[in-house]
Amino acid sequence: MQEPTRRVLMKGNEAIGEAAIRAGCRFYFGYPITPQNELLEYMASHLPAAGGVFLQSESELAGISMLYGAAAAGKRAMVSSSSPGISLMQEGISYLASAELPALIVNISRGGPGLGRIAPAQSDYLQATKGGGHGDYNILVLAPASVQEMADLTVLAFELADAYRVPAMVLGDGIVGQMMEPVALPPPVTELPPKPWAATGCEGRPRNLILSAPYTDAELVELNRRLQRKYAAIRAREQRAECVLMDDAELGIVAFGIAARLALAAADNLRERGYRVGVIRPVTLWPFPETAFRAYPAVRAYLTVEMNEGQMVQDVRLAVNGAVPVHFLGQGGGYVPPVDAIEEQALAILEGGLAR
Amino acid sequence: MRELFGRPACLTDEPFLYCPGCSHGIAHRLVAEAIDRLGIRGRTVCVSSIGCSVRCWRNFDLDVVQGAHGRGLAVATGLKRAQPDKVIFTYQGDGDLAAIGMGETIHAAARGEAITVIFINNAVFGATGGQLAPTTLVGQVTSTYPGGRDPSWVGWPIRVAELLAQLPATAYIAREALTTPQRVLRARRAVQLAFEVQIKGQGFALVELLAACPPNLKLDPVQALNWVETKMIPHYPLGQLKPAKGAAR
Ligand SMILES: Cc1ncc(C[n+]2csc(CCOP(=O)(O)OP(=O)(O)O)c2C)c(N)n1
Ligand code: SF4
Repeated sequence: MQEPTRRVLMKGNEAIGEAAIRAGCRFYFGYPITPQNELLEYMASHLPAAGGVFLQSESELAGISMLYGAAAAGKRAMVSSSSPGISLMQEGISYLASAELPALIVNISRGGPGLGRIAPAQSDYLQATKGGGHGDYNILVLAPASVQEMADLTVLAFELADAYRVPAMVLGDGIVGQMMEPVALPPPVTELPPKPWAATGCEGRPRNLILSAPYTDAELVELNRRLQRKYAAIRAREQRAECVLMDDAELGIVAFGIAARLALAAADNLRERGYRVGVIRPVTLWPFPETAFRAYPAVRAYLTVEMNEGQMVQDVRLAVNGAVPVHFLGQGGGYVPPVDAIEEQALAILEGGLAR
Repeated sequence: MRELFGRPACLTDEPFLYCPGCSHGIAHRLVAEAIDRLGIRGRTVCVSSIGCSVRCWRNFDLDVVQGAHGRGLAVATGLKRAQPDKVIFTYQGDGDLAAIGMGETIHAAARGEAITVIFINNAVFGATGGQLAPTTLVGQVTSTYPGGRDPSWVGWPIRVAELLAQLPATAYIAREALTTPQRVLRARRAVQLAFEVQIKGQGFALVELLAACPPNLKLDPVQALNWVETKMIPHYPLGQLKPAKGAAR
């Protein structure tokens, strides 16, 4: 008999911390902000025992630059914050992208704009997926929908960041951050990829430069071209989506993170009543899993459900490119779409003849 | 034949691209000489700042990390915490270190990060064209305050070295000037000491170097050095504001 997988009951925020340590992350920098303090505190109490460095930074401006330094040294390193703090980090994230440094940024987002409230929200989708800071760049964005995925996508984020030398973000919200679920923790990573480009002192090799500004205008153009080639490769290879009940679906509900679980409950209920409804859940928000939208020719309409004023729906519309109508249900400021509201709107679309 | 004077090993062959009479070149040389003398080139990482010295990697033949404007000491903190056995130094202007980056500066000093800071105080923002810096002297004309610095409107110049010397975790804080050969020799000793303090693990070390920026002072190079000597030094006294433990004063 096979040994059952050992599961532990954890909060989502803690699962990120434990998975990061197991992924070989030994450097954490952060500034307190709700609803991600459990992660900061988990790292404070567990990272030193793993031989790592926990440092509470004086601000998110400093935190993201400490991350830049540790990443430049070739280490697996991370920061975490929530929406207002992530806004402060944007200049630093742009620098990480320009210097091609792999690093993990966790955003357990909250309702905005401004200070907003700590209610869960998905209002940082556009900021996360369109670069966020200045300049032409993208970062990997992974959106967990369960505590298990908080752990798994943290490990994946580190791996992809290292593989492509790009910053990666795990984008959650207050619900996935603070809810408790059983999680099978990933095995500890024993070997990390070599980083011969790191700034470790030039003993025995030509010097390494970690630069954000190329020397000439032509070199800056070349950097942009190189980044775009890399992003094209990531778009081609790293799109991830979970497609449930989609094979014969006439209506596809599109949702990410915690909203997708509510969408799935609505789809299940509608299936019981005989409606052909499925769910596409983007797991990578960047690269957006646009190929998933080409796989289901039976679909006659999409309904995008978000905890914001309509952000991912823009990418869904681009992916669908006018082939079928794309509807939207959502609200910003801490709205969690009730399952019956999703059902109601889905029904209205289904019974309204779909295409109209 | 014995070579008495030459280019330090950790300077590249690139010419300095600074204005005539700019003090950055002298400061680069002092840093390079200290690293050579201490034999630490292979384990040293430079964190450059944003300002006229943003491309100091052209001149320092070292591993160099270019951080965001003002964030040098946070970048250096990450580098040093990640590899405590390496020698990490920042090279920062006064706009970078004391305006936009004052938060990072004070907190890195308060934590006693074992980092060496080379702080170039030329009393203006050089790179952006001579605007007011936190170090601009009272009455000094800048492009943003053409009537001169008026303390009742923009406050008083900040004495960074004195400010940081108060913090318990700073191990060595000194101010020197790059105006005359004698003063450059003193600055040279201070710069080397600031690296020795880090190597000994004593804590945060900063050397503030009073520097000339002739074009933004609208002076020729000689007049600009005179201006530093006669106007800056009276406001920014030279010497060790916090002597290093066990070092000659
Ligand atoms: C966030 C940000 N704000 C403003 C600038 C523009 N900027 C570049 S250098 C500089 C001032 C540099 O002055 P200082 O640090 O005194 O160095 P110096 O040029 O005099 O050597 C400024 C404001 C920038 N690069 N980034
Ligand atoms: S502007 Fe001033 S600081 Fe900049 S290179 Fe010229 S003299 Fe030096």
